[in-house]
Amino acid sequence: MQGLEVRGLSKRFGGLVVSEDIDFDLPPGARKALIGPNGAGKSTFANLVTGILAPTGGTIRFDGQDIAGLDEAQRVKRGIAKTFQITTLFSGLTVRENLRLPVLERRGRGGGLFRRADGDPAIETEVEALLAQFDLLPFADRPVVDLAYGQQRLVEMALTLALKPRVLILDEPAAGVPSSETHLIIEAIERLPGDLAVLVIEHDMDLVFRVARSIVVLVQGRILTEGTPGEIATNAQVRELYLGGAHG
Amino acid sequence: MTLLLNIAVDGLAYGMILFMIAVGLSVTMGLMRVVNLAHGGFALIGGALAHWLGTEAGLPFGLVLPGAVAGTILIAMPLERLVYRRIYGFGELQQVLATIGLTFLMIASVNLWQGSSLLAITLPEGLNRSVDLGFRQLTAHRALVIGVGALIILGLWVLLDRTRFGIRLRAAVDNRETASALGIDTGRIYMLTFALGAGLAALGGILGAELLPIDAYYPLRYMVLFLIVVAIGGLGSILGSFVAALAIGLIETASRYLVPDMATITFFVLVILFLALRPRGLMGRAGA
Amino acid sequence: MNRRLLSLLLILLAGGAAYLLFPYNLAFLTRILIMIVLVLSLDLILGLAGIATLGQAAMYGAGAYAAGLFAIHVWADPVAGLLAGALAGAALAALSGAVLMRTQGLTLIMLTIAVAQICAEIANRARAVTGGADGLRGIRPGKVLGLWEFDFIGITGYWYAFAVMALVLLALAVIARSPFGLSLRGIHESPERMVAIGVSVYRRRLAAYTMGGAVAGTAGALSAQITQLVSLEAFSFTLSAEALIMLILGGTGRLYGAVLGTVIFMAVHHLAAANDPFNWLFVIGALVLAVVFFLPRGLIVLPTGLKRLAKGGRHAGS
Repeated sequence: MQGLEVRGLSKRFGGLVVSEDIDFDLPPGARKALIGPNGAGKSTFANLVTGILAPTGGTIRFDGQDIAGLDEAQRVKRGIAKTFQITTLFSGLTVRENLRLPVLERRGRGGGLFRRADGDPAIETEVEALLAQFDLLPFADRPVVDLAYGQQRLVEMALTLALKPRVLILDEPAAGVPSSETHLIIEAIERLPGDLAVLVIEHDMDLVFRVARSIVVLVQGRILTEGTPGEIATNAQVRELYLGGAHG
Repeated sequence: MTLLLNIAVDGLAYGMILFMIAVGLSVTMGLMRVVNLAHGGFALIGGALAHWLGTEAGLPFGLVLPGAVAGTILIAMPLERLVYRRIYGFGELQQVLATIGLTFLMIASVNLWQGSSLLAITLPEGLNRSVDLGFRQLTAHRALVIGVGALIILGLWVLLDRTRFGIRLRAAVDNRETASALGIDTGRIYMLTFALGAGLAALGGILGAELLPIDAYYPLRYMVLFLIVVAIGGLGSILGSFVAALAIGLIETASRYLVPDMATITFFVLVILFLALRPRGLMGRAGA
Repeated sequence: MNRRLLSLLLILLAGGAAYLLFPYNLAFLTRILIMIVLVLSLDLILGLAGIATLGQAAMYGAGAYAAGLFAIHVWADPVAGLLAGALAGAALAALSGAVLMRTQGLTLIMLTIAVAQICAEIANRARAVTGGADGLRGIRPGKVLGLWEFDFIGITGYWYAFAVMALVLLALAVIARSPFGLSLRGIHESPERMVAIGVSVYRRRLAAYTMGGAVAGTAGALSAQITQLVSLEAFSFTLSAEALIMLILGGTGRLYGAVLGTVIFMAVHHLAAANDPFNWLFVIGALVLAVVFFLPRGLIVLPTGLKRLAKGGRHAGS
């Protein structure tokens, strides 16, 4: 099948089971969210999919091909990209330069010596489009370090999208963003390309219910249930385990 | 066979000297996370003080040695307060530059005071006598060096493993934030550790003057040697420094006996290969 | 007016003015130009790519010996000698960098010092080829481009070094603006992220280190041709350290900081070290500590810092 297909995925650290027997699909165009209490294994799952961690069992297929043997960089080249939870942006470079870097590298032009970095019209058009898509044009020539935190998260998303991924994993895109700026993140996610498969890992329930068409609930490394936002909101087990106690 | 024993004895003495000078460097670099290129300067200061106390003040060696070590510690403590404490939070490059600046100042000061010639340290008659080991003669001085080195590693082990200071020091090396959250006065620990390291460097500088002669340029000449001991041993590891110092002492001595023309090159190539394979050294901790 | 043209004009003007103002100090001015080339090589490696090194003298020395030997045994043509020096510097950087670029932090700094010491030791041992501690003598470079002979006053030497310096500056300015230069700045800022966008950080750093080696080798070759002597000092730690201090004094990552820092440092050196090299160590030691504590980003931030201070900007002096 097309997209990401995870079967029976497990991960143990010594005796500690952090992911157990996870089945998970992410077809093109999907908008899924992964929620669960702290320590449920959400980040571990993302790291298994992107190749930062190696699973102890199960398979991960992408477009029908087994990608278990590929490392992080190779999976990025195949089209599986993840945003970082903690900002590792090029903070001294301008927003425009931050986006130019991944576009140059994706097109294999990153080692060029004699042309100017901003001298390729095709690349510049792509950078401008990304800036426009994430409402970053007014800040394009400011160093990232000068931006408000919400805008830095937008740069983070734009930078990852510049890799032209087919699967985009957003790891807590609103973490640390003041609630007055959360709407910027939500709008940015809503404007992502329609055929892109998107998985959001997030604590902010407003954001999750706004952007996800399907929600997966993870508890103690296992999938508790999966359903539409309506189903999840009314699911008694979920309310009990997660929304009821932890959230309020 | 005699050759091997010769290498073993000379290498051991040389290794002990390296250990005494470098162990303080390793602990301060592991504890304060400061790249300290000026550490050899404390061995120089110790040596210069010993030269002055011995030849100009005419004191006997039994007073020269503790006097010079104490003097070095007295110089090191205000330096820690005034300079080092300020650069702990700086980037690596800034630390490198600041400690190079300090090294230059130390060299210039010693030159101003004692000139740029070799600073001989007078040894008492007794230490120049030979001890017969059966396969060769060994000066009492070298025997003393080996003995003192062994005592120091034992003493450090007791200090770190058996005393409150040692427990606090190890806690601070492992995790500075946690240690200060637990109410450990890390500032005081830093200064005491720094002073101890400087004192040991002075001791090593004086006792090792026969192998690493003292003159104003001493800290620059042997900078890499001391850093190599620390890097191979692993930052912050006393046992690592000990093993590394002895290994380096033995390897360098062996290459001087076996391939005298290529000794330095052989030695450096071995060091580079080792560090390329194990960048954290023998006992370096992950994430340091 | 075009900014690049303007800066080029300024450099030419400065070169001409220095020539006219100090006609009896041409040897010293030439020495400054050679040091600028060396410090520029360091700015590429350290300022752009963030590779901390205290062993740039290794490549400088390799270039100097290569150019000297080339002139004596192969061909006296100075430009060919420069190329030989650049190649030697690049080769040494590529060879040592293959190992060094796998390490970082303290280990890297230490190994760069060690490489320079190994080179000094080899040059010292290979007396028959290098002259050992006596230095390599008998370098007689031919006419520059077959037109200008090296003269006793040093006029040819000055303009030759000036031309090379200007070309290196121009080339590095092009590289700094290129995609490669941008990726080096990216590696400097966040190597993890560069890996995440699919870049081999190791290979990029090695390429930068090799290029820096070529430039440092060029500086060494210039020195060998103009002073007609290469000594073991070419590999000395002090040279590496001084080059680093000049760069930090001026400010890293912008090329003209390297020029500024070198000129100021060399001028102070000229005045302070005239009688006693040890007094010079007092000056340089104090200078370095002052820069680290009060001007961590070098002299080039002074104008912007003052401007921001005047405007009450929030990043003044940071």
